[in-house]
Amino acid sequence: MIMIGIINYRCGNLQNLQNALDFLGHPSRLLENPEQMQGIQKLILPGVGAFRHAANNLKEFGFWEPLLKAFAAKTPILGICVGMQLLFSKSYEDGENEGLGLIEGEVVRFDHDLKVPHMGWNRVEFHQEDPLFEGIAKENWFYFVHSYACYPKDQQYLLGGAFYGHEFCAATRRDNLWGVQFHPEKSQEDGLRLLNNFAKVNPC
Amino acid sequence: MLAKRVIPCLDIKAGRVVKGVNFLGLKDAGDPIELAKKYNDQKADELVFLDITATNEKRKTLIELASRLAREIFIPFTIGGGISSAEEIHDLVTAGADKISINSAAVKRPELISEGARQFGAQCIVVAIDVKSVGGGKWHVFTHAGQKDTGLDAVEWALEAEARGAGEILLTSMDCDGAQKGFDLVITAQISSQLKIPVIASGGGGTLESFSEGVLKGKADAVLAASVFHYGTFSVNQVKRHMQKDGILVRL
Repeated sequence: MIMIGIINYRCGNLQNLQNALDFLGHPSRLLENPEQMQGIQKLILPGVGAFRHAANNLKEFGFWEPLLKAFAAKTPILGICVGMQLLFSKSYEDGENEGLGLIEGEVVRFDHDLKVPHMGWNRVEFHQEDPLFEGIAKENWFYFVHSYACYPKDQQYLLGGAFYGHEFCAATRRDNLWGVQFHPEKSQEDGLRLLNNFAKVNPC
Repeated sequence: MLAKRVIPCLDIKAGRVVKGVNFLGLKDAGDPIELAKKYNDQKADELVFLDITATNEKRKTLIELASRLAREIFIPFTIGGGISSAEEIHDLVTAGADKISINSAAVKRPELISEGARQFGAQCIVVAIDVKSVGGGKWHVFTHAGQKDTGLDAVEWALEAEARGAGEILLTSMDCDGAQKGFDLVITAQISSQLKIPVIASGGGGTLESFSEGVLKGKADAVLAASVFHYGTFSVNQVKRHMQKDGILVRL
């Protein structure tokens, strides 16, 4: 049985993510410290709130290095919202702050005249085929809520884009690592399908 | 591009959904979980639950409601009604609420907005503002279910809420609420165009046209209604299809 570990670094509501996995019938466990990563086959890095606070908490609770090791060990990892942003090199929220650097690129605030946060349902355009999007229509809808967006330096990491004034990176992938800016656990059928797809991808 | 949202609102009293007219004469409108599921199936974009119970049992009942909802529906939902401390926000968010709406307590102590935004993120804090026209092209903020004129100018208060870290404004016109004759387009457009954060228009949604007008003329980012959905006048789907016909992007 595949056990999905949800990293609890005190950044946001993890219960809703676990509720969605329960609903789909996938066993999951909230990880309170890196020692609990033992026996876990997949990892989800969720996150709500500000980047700097999230990065600091990830270090403080000891998950920073173990996450880098898990990536190297080919453990499938999914970052959600700020959890996705943390995968990038750096963010400009509250000054300049370093991320895990697994995806080369930056996290920048929306600087157009549209309302910020970008809050509500938007469509993700798939730039590449991916098991994460299996069974999800082109006319999909995902729920977003964020003021900063990710921009990978190399287009090969742009798995899916969404438009809000301009295109930003809504989904990224590098080998066994995925990140999504939207909240699949709050995106009704499309979101549940995406989580189910992540639960089904084969650990390498 | 970002879709405009349609949000059914459920007023909760002692665990049941109720709906009044101009805040008076409450009628029973059903079980919250059942209605939530129904709206979820109709492609509601979010749900808002406003608790109007004034008993000591309230807090426990609300937390239970949030927790049950979070296990049964997978769209964002907001809980509000008499919430006055960061501790209450924490309890409801932990139970599964995505956003918390604060109203009178924010007027009384505006720091609650900043405290909430700092601890839970701006996206979590919805500032609900009830307004009434006081003549001369001015609207005042009213509290205590529309009975108390705070003397605050509606636009100024909305700007302050934004400056203090609110993620969204839920703007209800007391003049229009319950009458189903359309949103107050003037004050909605004024506030929405002066703020950078999203504004939800509430109070007066009745005809299919009124929802489109709320977006097109009121410049609202989302429209909220209760009665028309509870009593089955229209389904959420019907409202959205009409909006789409009027050229508004909606999730269908």
